[in-house]
Amino acid sequence: MIIEDIAKLLKNKYSESIEYLEDANFIKVSANDWNDVALTIKNEDKLKFDYLMCISSYDCGDKKTYGVAYNFKSTSLNHYLEIRIEVTDEDSIHSVSSIWGSADWHEREAYDMMGIKFENHPNFKRILLADDWEGHPLRKDYDTPEYYRGMPVPKDKTYWE
Amino acid sequence: MSKQDKSIIKAEEMVLNMGPQHPSTHGVLRLKIRTDGEIVSKIDPIMGYLHRCFEKHCENLSYEQVVPFTDRCDYLASMHMNHAYSIAVEKMLNIELPERVEYIRVIVAELQRIASHLVACGVFGLDVGAITPFTWALRDRERILDLFEMLCGARLLYNYIWPGGVSHDLPPNFIQYTTEFLDYFEPMLKEFDDILTENMIFVERTADVGIITPEVGINFGVSGPTLRASGISHDLRKDEPYSIYNKFDFDVPIGKGLMGTVGDCWDRYWVRLREIDESVKILRQAIAQLPDGDVHEARPKKVRPPKGEVYSRYESARGDVGFYIISDGKNIPYRLKMRSPAFCNLSVFSEISEGWMMSDVITILGSLDIVLGEIDR
Repeated sequence: MIIEDIAKLLKNKYSESIEYLEDANFIKVSANDWNDVALTIKNEDKLKFDYLMCISSYDCGDKKTYGVAYNFKSTSLNHYLEIRIEVTDEDSIHSVSSIWGSADWHEREAYDMMGIKFENHPNFKRILLADDWEGHPLRKDYDTPEYYRGMPVPKDKTYWE
Repeated sequence: MSKQDKSIIKAEEMVLNMGPQHPSTHGVLRLKIRTDGEIVSKIDPIMGYLHRCFEKHCENLSYEQVVPFTDRCDYLASMHMNHAYSIAVEKMLNIELPERVEYIRVIVAELQRIASHLVACGVFGLDVGAITPFTWALRDRERILDLFEMLCGARLLYNYIWPGGVSHDLPPNFIQYTTEFLDYFEPMLKEFDDILTENMIFVERTADVGIITPEVGINFGVSGPTLRASGISHDLRKDEPYSIYNKFDFDVPIGKGLMGTVGDCWDRYWVRLREIDESVKILRQAIAQLPDGDVHEARPKKVRPPKGEVYSRYESARGDVGFYIISDGKNIPYRLKMRSPAFCNLSVFSEISEGWMMSDVITILGSLDIVLGEIDR
C-alpha cells in the first residue's frame, strides 16, 4: 500500500488524531491516540507493519517541541511507513515496546539524547550516557558543561594540541 | 548442549560483572549477568563506553566532512558505512552516478564484506576455543587490507566513498591484484571451512545454542546475517537493490539448521561463511564488467540538499544500516540519525540467552558479531 491509502485508512478510524499533508513522506499522529494507532498498524490485515526499523528523535527548533519519527516495514506485505509524533516538553508518548521489541532500546535512546519521555516503558533510563548525566545533548539549545563530576570538559583545541 | 531446566537445583542468585575490559565482549561492552549457579537468569547489557555523540558532531559539520566520522562507527566495515551515508546524501541530491563509480563501490563493498565476515567467523571460533582458524582468517583479511591500502592509503578507516563518487580512481593493477587475491582466497576459504565448520567440538558448542526464532528476530528488529540465519531471506541487495546489485547473479544464503535448529549460533556462523562465497561470486562478475570512465564526473561542487528528509537503508556486513537525515536547506545536516544494526542485534541478546550456561553466553555474544563503535556511536 502507498502512503496515501494508509493515511486514508487510518483517518477513517481515528479521524481527529491523524494528519497527512499532500505529497508528504510521513503521517503525523497525535500522542493521545498513539497506542491504539500502533496496535492497528501492527495487526490490521492490510497493514501488518511487524518490523520497526528505527525511531529517530528530532528537535523542532522552537525550544519546547520535540518529535519522534518511526520507520516501519512490513515483512509480509513489503511496504513502508513513516509516522511522526510531536510533543512538548511536559507531555509524554505512550511506549510501544510491548508491541515491537526493538522500540525498547530506541525509546531509551530518544530519551537519552533528546529528552522525550515515554510512558509505560518497562525499564526507562538512559542508555548511552551515564545515569547521572545532566541534559540531553541532541537538543539544539544544549550547552556543553564545563565540568563533569569534577573533570574538566575540553572545549577548545588548545587543551590537547 | 541443551537449555538447562532451572527448577532442578535452585542456588542463591549472584550478580556477575563481565567487562567492559573483557576479550569476549568484543569491545567495551559491560554485561551485568544474574546467575543461578552457572545458569543465567537475566542479562543487562550496559553500553556507552565508546559514546562520542556522532550525531551531534554531524550537526556541526558539512555533509562532506561527515564521511570520516562514519568510518569510525563500524571500524570493521568502514566502506559499508561510507557507502551507506553517501547513498543517503545522493538520494537527497538526486545524483546520477557514472557506471564506473557504481562498479568500484560494489567491488570495494564486497571486498569489505569478506574482510568483515572473516573477522566475525575467526573471532567466533576463538570465542569457543579454536585458535588456528582465527589466525588463518586474519592472514587472509590482511591481503584485503593491503588492497585497500593500495587503493586509498588507509588500512581500516578509508574515507574512500564520498557523496557523488569516490576519492580516487582504482590504481593501476588493482584489478589484477584483486583477481589474484580471489584465486588465492577461494582454496583458502575451503580450508577454513574444512577445519572449523563441521568440527565436532565446534558443532557441540554452537549448534542448538541461543536460537533466534523468526518471530523474535523480526520483533526485535534484528537484521543482516543474524536474521537470515533464522530462515528469513531478508537482504536489501536482493529485496530492493540499491547501487547496481540488480545486475549481479548471486544467492542469499539462509539458515537451514543443518547441525541443529534453524537460527542457532552455528547457523549464524554458517550464513556468514556462505555469504563470503556469494561475495566472491559478485566480485568476479563486477571485475569482468567494470567499465571505463571518469570517477569525479558526478561529484557536486556544493552539497546542499533541499529541505526535506530521507531514510535510506543499506545492507552492511552486520545488517541493515539506516541513515535518517533531515535537511533544512543548509550545507550542514539539521539532524542525522544512524540506525545501527548491531544496536538492534544486541537488543535481542538478553532475550535469547536466558536459561543458558555462562559459557554459552560467550558463544551467543560471539555469534551476534557486534561492533561497539557502531552501537555506542
